[in-house]
Amino acid sequence: MLNQIVQGILLGGYYAILASGLSFLFGVMRIVNLAHGSLAVLAAYLILTLINHVTSSVVLALVLAMPVLAIGGWLLNRLLLQRSMRGGALVPILATFGLSIVIDNLLFERFGADTQSLASNIGALSYSSWNVGGNVYISQLDVLTFTTAIVVLGVLQGILSYTGLGRAIRATADDPATVDLIGIDSRAVYSAASAIAMVLIAFAGVFLAMRATFTPYAGSSQLLFAFETVVIGGVGSLWGTLLGGIVLGLAQSIGAQINPIGFQIAGHAVFLVILIARVYAGEFKSLGIRWSMPRSERPKGVSA
Amino acid sequence: MSTSHNALAREGISIQRWTPQAAVFTLVLGLLLVVLACGPLFFPPEVIDRLTTLFVYILLASMWNALAGYGGLVSIGQQAFLGLGAYTLIRLSNAGLNVYVALVVAVLLVELVSIPLGKLMLKLRGGEFAIGMWVLAELLRLLVTLDPIIQGSTGTSLIAMNAYAPGARRALTYWMALALLVVLMGTLFLLLRGRIGASLQAIRDDDTAAASIGVNVFKSKQVLFILSAVGCAAGGALWLAASITFQPGSYFSPQWTAYMLFMVIVGGLGTFEGPIVGAILFFIAETYFGATGVEYLIGLGVLAIGFALFFPRGIWGALEQRHPLRLIPIGYQLRFARLKTGIGPKDQVE
Repeated sequence: MLNQIVQGILLGGYYAILASGLSFLFGVMRIVNLAHGSLAVLAAYLILTLINHVTSSVVLALVLAMPVLAIGGWLLNRLLLQRSMRGGALVPILATFGLSIVIDNLLFERFGADTQSLASNIGALSYSSWNVGGNVYISQLDVLTFTTAIVVLGVLQGILSYTGLGRAIRATADDPATVDLIGIDSRAVYSAASAIAMVLIAFAGVFLAMRATFTPYAGSSQLLFAFETVVIGGVGSLWGTLLGGIVLGLAQSIGAQINPIGFQIAGHAVFLVILIARVYAGEFKSLGIRWSMPRSERPKGVSA
Repeated sequence: MSTSHNALAREGISIQRWTPQAAVFTLVLGLLLVVLACGPLFFPPEVIDRLTTLFVYILLASMWNALAGYGGLVSIGQQAFLGLGAYTLIRLSNAGLNVYVALVVAVLLVELVSIPLGKLMLKLRGGEFAIGMWVLAELLRLLVTLDPIIQGSTGTSLIAMNAYAPGARRALTYWMALALLVVLMGTLFLLLRGRIGASLQAIRDDDTAAASIGVNVFKSKQVLFILSAVGCAAGGALWLAASITFQPGSYFSPQWTAYMLFMVIVGGLGTFEGPIVGAILFFIAETYFGATGVEYLIGLGVLAIGFALFFPRGIWGALEQRHPLRLIPIGYQLRFARLKTGIGPKDQVE
């Protein structure tokens, strides 16, 4: 049991990385990106392709993939997200769901149904573990994942808190119309935020590819895990995603002990239980993703 | 209501709901239904099968539109009710109930289940509702695969259908599909035409403002949620009656939502006629391009994005905007009897 708890907590690191891009983009643009999971899988395939054709180093492939994905995020924002925002509340949901269908099927057309993995490209890291006493072994990859999650969230928090871009992003998230009046181009800020979200997705993609196998249609389950992480983590800062990831990871890890498909059932069930609890606690206006920025007060009732 | 009617009448304005087009169209629709009802007597078997499929598509599209177009709630999880409808049919049929009786009972049972689910899920908004419904569908799929009768993801069959000869089975399923389509579309029509229709219009335009003038936003959305769940359950149960095999993965698949979304976006979100147009187009596209598989799905996705971004009103919405075309009398039209100056003889108010 102790082992399951340790594994569950470590699994939370992956979910925090996976969810950070979704949470960040929602925090800035108020768009729930339904293509988030498919984009993470796309990033995994991009890194795989780079490893097969350009470099054998996973780290280098990740570094090369980041600018490509960032530019992709910028384009995605210009061509799809901003236009969809102007169309009303429903259009971003419809358009990003449509995008996920297109991405999934393009990946299937290009790469086929074979399961892929980077496990063979990272040598001993894929199976090495440390004994931390008793029967508990922790995988080195899991520790790396968890550490990366803390670093990624910390850097993001730092950018938001201490840089000019971060200030512009926070201001735009609060009130894009006013920001435009004081000489900040909110559209450019949105594009920058999308580029950052895609860099976060690059991390999600590489860890997805290293930890397990993936297929072109893995995007929907990744989206659901990311969404559950954000909702469970709930209110608060970016660190909420780490907390949400840990809770989800624990639920899945313990569920897997009970039944082979208990892994997924327990995760979804915990999500629903937390949802019901919040409904009966009468807590929410908008449940879940209320992503308050560091060091900025949002007036009550404004955030949708 | 009546005082405002009188006030309008003094000004020589009357409210009419029926247009001549709508009257003619209703007559044509009535005749079409009579012909369709007699279909099994003279259509060849393959036509009956294809029409059953089309009826299910129209039903699903209209029910997804009821939620998204009139309730402002995009659900990526309506496959939950498709799957539940089919699964409940399997269970009831295995318990010895006649298949077609079981089909109706299954739909009613899903209605009961959808009431508490709606109460919970409707607390979510926008994208949260969209994915929250998807999570719900996934959870239900996993729970259904735990049922030993379903044999995990392998699935099972609606064995009781063997009791019917192929011809009788085909005709009965067809009639069942037509009957459920008429009943559920009729219910949607009456809802939209009645008091709740006006509330829904107000909610779709601005739900905060609607709530402030006393519209019960939650209750109206709840009614749509239940109707949509019932419609999707009927679609799932009918699909099972027509195709016999049940695999949790294919009934609880988000692909269904992708299809519904495509039909509604292309046909016209928030119009009564749009989903019907969309379903017919989807039906034709599937007939000609469905075999290409992946490319077909990519095409559907690209078209859905294109319509959402550039033609959010869809085909029917665009037609309605250009021509005062109201085939289904849901809205209100004002008639100005005394104003014979030619200025604004008719104003559409919806």
